Amino acid sequence: MIKTESIQRNIDIDAIRQDFPILKRKVKGFPLVYLDNAATTQKPASVIQALTEYYSGFNANIHRGIHTLAEEATAAFEATRDAVQHFMNAEAREEIIFTRGTTEGINLVAYAWGRQNIDVGDEIIISTMEHHSNIVPWQHLCEEKGAILKVIPINDKGELLMEEYEKLLSGKTRLVSVVYVSNSMGTVNPVKRIIDKAHQAGAIVMLDGAQAAAHLDIDVQELDCDFFAFSGHKIYGPTGVGVLYGKKQLLESMPIFQGGGEMIKDVSFEKTIYNDLPYKFEAGTPNIADTIALKAALEFIDNIGKENIRRHEDKLVTYATGELEKIPGLRIIGTATDKISVVSFVVDGIHPQDIGILLDSRGIAVRTGHHCTQPLMDWFCIPGTSRASFAVYNTMDEIDELVLGLHKVIKMLA
Amino acid sequence: MSNQKSIQAIEKEIVEEFSLFDSWNDKYEYIIDLGKKLAVLDDQYKKDMNKVKGCQSTVWLVAESREGRVYFKADSDAVIVKGLISMLIRVLSGHTADEILEARLDFIQQIGMTSHLAQTRSNGLLSMVKQMKNFALAFKLQQSLVKK
Repeated sequence: MIKTESIQRNIDIDAIRQDFPILKRKVKGFPLVYLDNAATTQKPASVIQALTEYYSGFNANIHRGIHTLAEEATAAFEATRDAVQHFMNAEAREEIIFTRGTTEGINLVAYAWGRQNIDVGDEIIISTMEHHSNIVPWQHLCEEKGAILKVIPINDKGELLMEEYEKLLSGKTRLVSVVYVSNSMGTVNPVKRIIDKAHQAGAIVMLDGAQAAAHLDIDVQELDCDFFAFSGHKIYGPTGVGVLYGKKQLLESMPIFQGGGEMIKDVSFEKTIYNDLPYKFEAGTPNIADTIALKAALEFIDNIGKENIRRHEDKLVTYATGELEKIPGLRIIGTATDKISVVSFVVDGIHPQDIGILLDSRGIAVRTGHHCTQPLMDWFCIPGTSRASFAVYNTMDEIDELVLGLHKVIKMLA
Repeated sequence: MSNQKSIQAIEKEIVEEFSLFDSWNDKYEYIIDLGKKLAVLDDQYKKDMNKVKGCQSTVWLVAESREGRVYFKADSDAVIVKGLISMLIRVLSGHTADEILEARLDFIQQIGMTSHLAQTRSNGLLSMVKQMKNFALAFKLQQSLVKK
């Protein structure tokens, strides 16, 4: 499959902003400055419209129905699968499994692949900067199986120590599961190298792509990753739908995750014959509406072009970093050479929660806390950070608002 | 010292004080000021057993019962939470266990601080209210046992 080359061009941010109804609202009397995009992005009108059109035009349960509405709904649902296949350049559409989100994708692999392939004394490698979603499922699996969880350390800049990673790899390593882009720091990990080294050691690799999918070009064939999970709501799509990509032969060899409708071919009380991929892993009525609307989000991204999105967001990160660093007592957490879309920081003597509450009182939405990466916060010896995270619709003016707001907040708390 | 005013009367006072502010900025400046003025909790009390752990900020709470009334002392690592705590102490401390258990604490909603009791933000504060009532209940049970 040929991927459309995104053409480098200057994008019209004002026009893009017009596409997002929520960006017009005010919060606490101020125009909303939404800088919490790593938690979830806002939705363009086309996504909202796709949801409305589905419910008002062709709402029906999919796959089994013979009537017109069911056929239309099924076609739209499966069209999203094709769009996702194209979006991440998967070899086959059967490799795209719809989930509730990244967390469910990781849990599916830990449950179905993990329980079949992990044994006493086997080793699983994760990293210090993992989201709890990419820690807990593996920890649980290791406890159950008597396997060992190993953790790749990081340096002060928030980058993986690759030589330490290579030392952790051994004949006992079964799986490496790492985050592509850190949600707390924005670090882009050298996943291609991680995958190659793991494969050389005979291990497979799962990527937590939650923070990568909206910003980086995803090509699972070029990466050669074995599993890749991401969430729809972090890429301008609806909540409650996500994607798990898995290599076909791996998915085929795996036992089921959940049993129920749609994932079966034939059921009797003696034996059930499971359905083929991808339906084998999609038990029960799926999230039809949100899956259909996810296609509109992918088209939104495609229309602008990932390269253009990335270039704009890089400008925002560079500008924000420069301006924030001028604030006395402020320290940026995560200064990796390769980082995107996130600026995390702490201010001497001020609790992140106070910063978050006071910025909110000026209409500025940032996230404060441990960002579900407590082990990473422990590594930096901080309770949490304040995190500004960007999307394509953010502007330099909004960063100025953030910096101005921070100056006022610090003055109030001093 | 015992608190002579009723819980409701103190709540009313606070609501009246907040009615003077017309912006969130002013409200928060006042709360921050209360937080900064809250008596420092001695380090000896800042141990795990006194922790009321919220999602983001930590609250330490200690209580004692004297002559049928419950007294609270508390601290937090976040100053706005400290300000909110200061108000809770002003409202509840020095009252009887029954009065504390019956307190509705409507003032929090009336001054627009309900979001601080929401699950997302500082369940530190929500847990703190629960913990204060738990202390009151414990002292009440203790007293009833002594009487028997």
